[in-house]
Amino acid sequence: MRSTQKIDRKKPSTVGKASRDANALLTVQGLNVQFKIREGIVKAANDINFQIQKGECIGIVGESGSGKSQVFMSIMGLLANNGKAKGSVKFFDKEILGMPVDQLNDIRGSHISMIFQDPMTSLNPYMTIGKQLTEVLHAHKTMSNKEATDTALEMLDHVRIPEAERRFHMYPHEFSGGMRQRVMIAMALLCSPELLIADEPTTALDVTVQAQVIDLIKNLRTELNTSIIMITHDLGVVAGLCDRVLVMYAGRIVESGPVRDIFYTPQHPYTKCLLKAMPRIDEGRTDKLETIPGRPPNLMKLPHGCSFEPRCPYKMPICKEIRPELLPISDTRAKACHLTEI
Amino acid sequence: MPILKVTDLKVYFNVRKKFFWSKNNADTVKAVDGISLDLNEGETIGIVGESGCGKSTLGRAILNLIKPTDGQVLWMGKNLANLEKNEMRNLRKDLQIIFQDPLASLNPRMTVGQIITEPLKTFFPNLSKAERRERVEEIMLKVGLSPHQINRYPHEFSGGQCQRIGIARSMILQPKLLVCDEPVSALDVSIQAQILNLLMDLQKETNISLIFISHDLGVVRHISHKIAVLYLGRVAEIAENEDLYKNPKHPYTQALISAVPIPDPDLEQKKQRMIIKGDLPSPLNPPSGCRFRTRCPKAQEICAEVIPVLEQISPTHIVACHFWREP
Repeated sequence: MRSTQKIDRKKPSTVGKASRDANALLTVQGLNVQFKIREGIVKAANDINFQIQKGECIGIVGESGSGKSQVFMSIMGLLANNGKAKGSVKFFDKEILGMPVDQLNDIRGSHISMIFQDPMTSLNPYMTIGKQLTEVLHAHKTMSNKEATDTALEMLDHVRIPEAERRFHMYPHEFSGGMRQRVMIAMALLCSPELLIADEPTTALDVTVQAQVIDLIKNLRTELNTSIIMITHDLGVVAGLCDRVLVMYAGRIVESGPVRDIFYTPQHPYTKCLLKAMPRIDEGRTDKLETIPGRPPNLMKLPHGCSFEPRCPYKMPICKEIRPELLPISDTRAKACHLTEI
Repeated sequence: MPILKVTDLKVYFNVRKKFFWSKNNADTVKAVDGISLDLNEGETIGIVGESGCGKSTLGRAILNLIKPTDGQVLWMGKNLANLEKNEMRNLRKDLQIIFQDPLASLNPRMTVGQIITEPLKTFFPNLSKAERRERVEEIMLKVGLSPHQINRYPHEFSGGQCQRIGIARSMILQPKLLVCDEPVSALDVSIQAQILNLLMDLQKETNISLIFISHDLGVVRHISHKIAVLYLGRVAEIAENEDLYKNPKHPYTQALISAVPIPDPDLEQKKQRMIIKGDLPSPLNPPSGCRFRTRCPKAQEICAEVIPVLEQISPTHIVACHFWREP
């Protein structure tokens, strides 16, 4: 990842690409995700390359339809039936893309786990929380009932669920949204996975509860030393939590870099526009928000050149012709744009 | 003289008890419990609060879409609850609403043209077809739709454009008040900014008053002149925009503001967050006294006994807390 070689914009990015690295937890190379529908082929993710180090927290930012969720659904083997993923995803040294389900089951849940936006639909309404939690342990580890119960209760304490013992025997509908999400987090962390993928975990929650959950994730990260991938559309959440950010647009990574660089000196026009379009609580009533005209492209008919070109305020003739590749602009940053500087 | 004056508005819903053998067959949810506010011409009031605080119910009760249980809504001096059906119907052209889910609020079997024309047909039946068409095209241009889309159906449009259709439908009658019930919550950031700008432009042009209901404090801050913070059906605090964000007095407002993540890594990581405990209590069984006391860091005995009254702390700032003076 942090290569010392001189930066060469002509060479494809080593930022995020697979230069062998002892610390790399997850290496994604040339990942494509497509869905076949009656009308044609939807290209949800195109040529995705990145790496995640141990203990790192990465934010994946993008609007709906940018492919941010589908990338990780494909990594977890959770694509819909009409979806197909190509490329390579290595967890440590093991290729996990296209792995048979029984082998994949040894990894997901115990080494990589995922939490979703809507905790109510991810929990089984017919089972008590306790049963669902211990089920995870029985599936991945050989444990007696007693041990499993103790571990599960300890984890409920960890995610700060008060009166864990009483709630252990309650059903999901008896919990509030925030509590359910805590249960999901507890369930995901039971086998102390190396990697936690959180897909919009706070989007369905109220702000005060969102603040509690983010705080929890932050603390758990230091306590358990788990790497976290935070998929979100909320730039504020990323700012407070993540070390590094990948910005996605129309199925591609358009910019990547450390969180401070992305927020203070965005280099891709899309990132820049997105940051300006967000009404901020620390800025008063202004006349106008800067907008991005138009809307994201149809993923079935992506433009030949840069996908952002039709909406880009900095567009040049070349943008229509040639699609910019994600190339490094410094040791830690990369962007997919023909402009050298904005 | 405010154009809209809401006094001590109450909306209660009866909910059936869980089991039919329960003695008392009905329970009451006090969705809106004594809210007063007023709104001037050309002004925007933001209504914020968490889900279940009664903000949508308030918006609907103001428009008389839900019959208020008690209290009154004065629209240009007229009490909406006492109006005859006919009068109310006539007033409807001044009072319009747009909703959160833009696609669900449009009839899928009608074309955009039909959707936007319908209010004209009901309220101005004497207009000729050409005149109607002219007005529809004019409003479509104004909200950023192109008139050649007039024969398309809602499903052919994206969320942001559907919201524009909803806005066109309500604005074609040139209303004086528009209730916006979470109009941008379902939209992406880049589209959200377009809709917010559109609403602000329309306001500048037509001097319409807006009631902007949202859970997003950033959005509300951007668009509102003054803001009312609700908690479990009651007003916690009402103040001018700047005043509320710079100088919040109610502990709930303070907690809400500090809970919103700011897209700025340095500020966000340094920020001392005031995290309030627990979740919203059940509206079926709200806490006695101050409703926020179960989660409030400042709560003391008096909060459980006495309901705090709204105190005027400056001409434009009212707050309901026993301890607002304490930092």
